[in-house]
Amino acid sequence: MTSAAYRRSFGLTMLTYGFVAFWLVLAAFPFLWTVWGSFKIEADFFSRISWWQAVLGVKTEMQTGGHFTGNGYYGAWITRGFWKPVLNTAIITFFVVIISLTFGTLGGYALARSTNRYAFWFLMAALAFRAMPPITLVSGYLYPFFELNIWGYMPTAIIVLVAINQPFTLWMLHSFFLTIPRDLDESALVDGCTRFQAFRQVIMPVMWPGVVTTGLFSFLLAYNDFAVTAMVLNQNNQTMVPKIASFLGTVQTEGDVMFAVAAVVSATAPLFILVMFFQRRIIAGLTAGAVKG
Amino acid sequence: MPHRTFLAFVLPSMVAMLLFIALPVASVLVQSFYVQHDKVLVEVETCGPFDCTKEMRVDPDATRQLRREQPLGKFNGLGTYLDHNHLAGSEVGDMVRQAPDRTTALNEVLSLPFYRALTFTLAYTFIVTPLAMALGFVIALAVVGLPAGLKGAVIYFSLLPMIVTPLIGSLIFYWMINSQGIIGATLQAIFGDPTLSLKSSALLTWITLFIYGIWTNAPFSFVVFYAGLQTVPADRIESAMIDGASAWERVRYITIPHLAPLATFVALVQLMDNFRVLEPIVGLNAQANATSLSFNIYTDLHGQVEQLFGSAAATSMVTILGIALLLTPVLFKAWREFKLK
Repeated sequence: MTSAAYRRSFGLTMLTYGFVAFWLVLAAFPFLWTVWGSFKIEADFFSRISWWQAVLGVKTEMQTGGHFTGNGYYGAWITRGFWKPVLNTAIITFFVVIISLTFGTLGGYALARSTNRYAFWFLMAALAFRAMPPITLVSGYLYPFFELNIWGYMPTAIIVLVAINQPFTLWMLHSFFLTIPRDLDESALVDGCTRFQAFRQVIMPVMWPGVVTTGLFSFLLAYNDFAVTAMVLNQNNQTMVPKIASFLGTVQTEGDVMFAVAAVVSATAPLFILVMFFQRRIIAGLTAGAVKG
Repeated sequence: MPHRTFLAFVLPSMVAMLLFIALPVASVLVQSFYVQHDKVLVEVETCGPFDCTKEMRVDPDATRQLRREQPLGKFNGLGTYLDHNHLAGSEVGDMVRQAPDRTTALNEVLSLPFYRALTFTLAYTFIVTPLAMALGFVIALAVVGLPAGLKGAVIYFSLLPMIVTPLIGSLIFYWMINSQGIIGATLQAIFGDPTLSLKSSALLTWITLFIYGIWTNAPFSFVVFYAGLQTVPADRIESAMIDGASAWERVRYITIPHLAPLATFVALVQLMDNFRVLEPIVGLNAQANATSLSFNIYTDLHGQVEQLFGSAAATSMVTILGIALLLTPVLFKAWREFKLK
């Protein structure tokens, strides 16, 4: 498509720019506002007088002597020990991504190469599993987990998240494997490789873009999860998102809300940095299933 | 590919999905037929200086022992499905029979916990999905026409509402619409009403949740439609221009039909995701005015005193049934297309 095809009249161009500007404010302002506010005190961010207080930081200056304060962050990370859930999230997401990709590349490869009817039904079953709301599955886990005494531990959460993400991972990797020509593995088979050798030594080396993209989405699914991590982990092993939810349950005393605001910004920052570096890969991933399939 | 090789490759995925997706569904089904034990009561006689009174007290030891012996609870058959917190069969019947007119009956039925959650879940799913897709489509049309230098930055910021953790995104909204937050305070100033609160009325809470849903769902449609726009054949648009089609007519008769298959895909994914709406209700603290099926399960399981496994399981079964109904036409269509290939 050439840009000439989308050449527009002057009025339409102005309308387009106006609309894009409006959408950008809608999309980005809530985050900018919260990041800015997280360096203020509660009396400014939730000002009874005017929201200008949050912009200028009047009370913050009176109370702390500076325009910005790191009190919220200190309170969240040190006083309330937010570093622990951060560490737990890091451990859980790391293993979820590694295991999901290992299982997913093996399964996705077979699904892309098999011409049998059951491969289609396997994918359809995965689609049905993908539709299952995680919280309904959690209500199936809790009782058996209590009985088996495996409730509350990180490996339990990891394997559950791997399983829940598997349908999505399989679909995405399957569609990436379809883009690699069959001739490649077939010539390797002719040369005397086993299926696994062909997969490992011929296909995987050219699959890295697909693996990185799928890995990003596995990461996002594990990182953003609330239903599973809130329900199957005990207090000690809690991850960031349920921890932030429990911050809110505690009394809304002065300063406490700002701990939650600081925690929210801390948990969001890695995501934004990730998108900055992997924007192209994310777009490729979102469209892999749609445009090609 | 030989059957054995196929099986060897898909085995890890298959075992993981069978153990943690298929088996839990079976576990949910079994649990939904059981209900937690009642507390064991004993009659205790306490004698004061003048007379003796008999009263019923909870026997904690016996209760604990009963729970240990039969941890699943006692068999309840379909009892949980029919109780007040679920389908409420007899209550619905009474309401319909006794209410003076249909509107009253409907309002009464919709105030029952299950029907309240079902109404919101369906409203959220079927209002947010099309509106978010429409918004995403318009953004895609607008961004395609931008100069190349601007596109990257615009796409970056457009992705943020989608990748943000749902609970965190809704919390950010919650703080902004707080009566002391920027949106809440501004709305109060605009309407000159210092008591105006988006949280107080059911309608405003619903609208807030819908707006949040559209905000967080639109970027996905945008990205998919944006990629689809790159594949619209340029010669068709050019020939339409030569034939004198206006900008609107080109979108209506060329772009939209071209993107229709993508729209099916986007709708499918977003219907599945919106039907499970949970985090926005928790994050926006909206349970007084809006609950969803997922939220009801969450509260049953999150109980501070005891967890209502049976109740959560019954709601889960109904939810799974709802998902199945939603998905059947899609699976049917996929199967027909597969047979054509």
